[in-house]
Amino acid sequence: MNFLDSIWLIPLFPLAGAVLMLFLGKRLDPQGGQAGTPIPPRKALISLLCPGTVLVSFLFSAGAVAQLASLPEKVHEVVKFTWLTGLPFITQGGTTAQFAADWGFLLDPLSSVMILVVTGVGFLIHVYSVGYMGHEGGYYRFFGYLNLFVFFMLMLVLANNYALMFVGWEGVGLCSYLLIGFYFHKKSAGDAGKKAFVVNRIGDAGFILGILLMFAVFGTVRFLDVNKALAGGGVPSGPAAETAGFGVLSAITLLLFIGATGKSAQFPLYTWLPDAMEGPTPVSALIHAATMVTAGVYMVARSHHLFRLAPETSMIVAVIGAFTAILAASIALVQNDIKRVLAYSTISQLGYMFMACGVGAYWVAIFHLYTHAFFKALLFLGSGSVIHALGGEQDMRKMGGLKDKIPVTHWTMFVGALAIAGIPGLAGFFSKDEILWQVYSSPHGIKAVYIVGVITAGMTAFYMWRLIFMTFYGAPRADAHTMAHVHESPKVMTIPLVLLAAGSALGGWIGVPKLWSFLPETFRAFEHWLEPYLSVEAAGHAAEHHAASTEWLLMGLSVAVALTGIAIARRLYVQRPEQAEALGRAAGPVYTWALNKWYVDEAYDFLFVNGLGKGGGNALVSFDNRVVDGGVNGAGWVTRLTSSLSIWWDTWIVDGAVRLTSFTVKLSSYPMRVLQTGSVQAYALVMVLGAAVLFGYYLMR
Amino acid sequence: MLHPITTTHYLALSAALLLIGTMGVLARRNIVIILMSIELILNAVNINLIAFSNHLRNVNGQVFAIFVITAAVAEAAVGLGILIALFRNKETLQADEIDLLKW
Repeated sequence: MNFLDSIWLIPLFPLAGAVLMLFLGKRLDPQGGQAGTPIPPRKALISLLCPGTVLVSFLFSAGAVAQLASLPEKVHEVVKFTWLTGLPFITQGGTTAQFAADWGFLLDPLSSVMILVVTGVGFLIHVYSVGYMGHEGGYYRFFGYLNLFVFFMLMLVLANNYALMFVGWEGVGLCSYLLIGFYFHKKSAGDAGKKAFVVNRIGDAGFILGILLMFAVFGTVRFLDVNKALAGGGVPSGPAAETAGFGVLSAITLLLFIGATGKSAQFPLYTWLPDAMEGPTPVSALIHAATMVTAGVYMVARSHHLFRLAPETSMIVAVIGAFTAILAASIALVQNDIKRVLAYSTISQLGYMFMACGVGAYWVAIFHLYTHAFFKALLFLGSGSVIHALGGEQDMRKMGGLKDKIPVTHWTMFVGALAIAGIPGLAGFFSKDEILWQVYSSPHGIKAVYIVGVITAGMTAFYMWRLIFMTFYGAPRADAHTMAHVHESPKVMTIPLVLLAAGSALGGWIGVPKLWSFLPETFRAFEHWLEPYLSVEAAGHAAEHHAASTEWLLMGLSVAVALTGIAIARRLYVQRPEQAEALGRAAGPVYTWALNKWYVDEAYDFLFVNGLGKGGGNALVSFDNRVVDGGVNGAGWVTRLTSSLSIWWDTWIVDGAVRLTSFTVKLSSYPMRVLQTGSVQAYALVMVLGAAVLFGYYLMR
Repeated sequence: MLHPITTTHYLALSAALLLIGTMGVLARRNIVIILMSIELILNAVNINLIAFSNHLRNVNGQVFAIFVITAAVAEAAVGLGILIALFRNKETLQADEIDLLKW
């Protein structure tokens, strides 16, 4: 079977599962609305169907990747149809281009790693969810969302152009929102979902602007065409490789990176991820640890041709990554909610990945993404198992002493914690150490970032082992009733844990350092698979300029830092628990600030929500009231003024003229009026006088 | 011995009556009095007519006087009729209060 030409089918299986859940879910799970009811037989169909679709996708992916490996080019593109078309227009280079986005799929070494991670880890988490969500309400809804998420995530990583990638990008954002708010009857869950959605919008705005700017410059949004244009020694329109200064490529890459900071929870847009822990734990594992949050790293690696030519942005990426890593780690040191520790740990680890991207070690970033998917999914699922065992308790201060009660969970998480701390031999060691080495040795490397990376590694070991020790060791701090009911999770939950633990332990052995030359090249398969494809330097690996002794030294240093972190955690949380509190008190404000997440949320609330948001709203209201309404009122006032003038004119000038006429007449008629007394006798008197005068006249004459 | 009554006396009486009547018409305010004054004027004319009729030995004057008496009767009847109608409307017989002809 030709899997390569069928890669377009891979996302469709989970989509089919999601659609089936939409139309049939309620019938298969009639008690969907109620928690705690026994599993009806038809519900088992959901448990088979939904993880099954992901398994089929995984098998297809594995087949496709195996066939891809035998191709000489190792790139395979399947275009189904043209999906978006636009009007032709002139690019910056003066050539005419027509906007076109395919419904097309691209399988290359980069996307092959991603689909295997997404479907592989996704399948294990689906299986785990069967156990974890079995007694929750909305079972079919949960699996419908989860399948929809896998569909969109596969669209994201398999797309052959930025526009289709954006579809997946927004789709996973939507599923993230739906799943964070899965317990929608809890206000905090709904708020967290909204927060994730809104914060991601800021990043997405940057991403889409980056895509549009890219189209304006290159006239295409296809990955391969953009790469071709860049490989020809620069951009067709003129802007050559930007070795210095800030140009159009820096603008494109910076906008894309803003998108990545949103989705991958980097500073300053990371605040949504800790709140996203309101969702069910498998969701935290799948979306907020293993897959979706790595989309930003994938996108940056996918755009490495652009980032390679924009050193300014690359430096920003590295610095933001480092800053995020240490900021999140410092918060994780003091958090008490088990899932929040892991959430901040995820942010911190994503920071590592961006550090690697920033120094041009894209394959290492993807390697860490891959190992991180194992151990972080494992740690989340393990914490879910702990929460499950304790009947919903998430506060580590109320745990402790669970080591022998839930041994499988304990040992798998133990492995995961060793892996993330960077103990040699486990997956996290290989990827994290390679990142640190690349940051140190790469020509784009930054020494300060390296130092931050090492400090963060120590903090990582500390907070992760603090979590392990507080949860599993020491005296039980939960009440007796809860402790009596602690039970190991069912097999359907523990088997995924064991498989992920195996992945965390052994997954790194395909990417061992070059330094370990005693191992055959097979152990460097990951590097050979990705490195040529994502290679930054034309020839000669920069690492070779450094002495092997330096590399051994740095490796030893990071291991020592990790062991120190674990040792401190052990001392503070197992041997001398009272010292931890004393230390917290001694640190005083620093402790309080870290516990309150450096008040970043409050600062955002103050600056953006209340400041820019409400303040801007108020400003707009007052603009409305004063300027818009003012204009209307002003127009009214002017009208009234002119009408008053008109009234005045009418009253005094027009009416005045009329009245003046009448007044003149009246005035002139006054003497006549005086004679007209109306008294008959007066008239008679005048008559008599007149007669007398006439008579007199005749007599005198 | 009394002087014989001559035409001159009659004319003086007539003139006096005329003046009295005229003053009554002009000065009195009650319309009844005014009407009576008008009768005085008319009778002054009658005396005048009859005095000259006697003086000139011509009967025309006496005939004319009878016509004047007839006209006076008619005038008095019409005048009193107006007066009653006026009183019904205005509730007054004071001539100075009846000045509807004023502007």
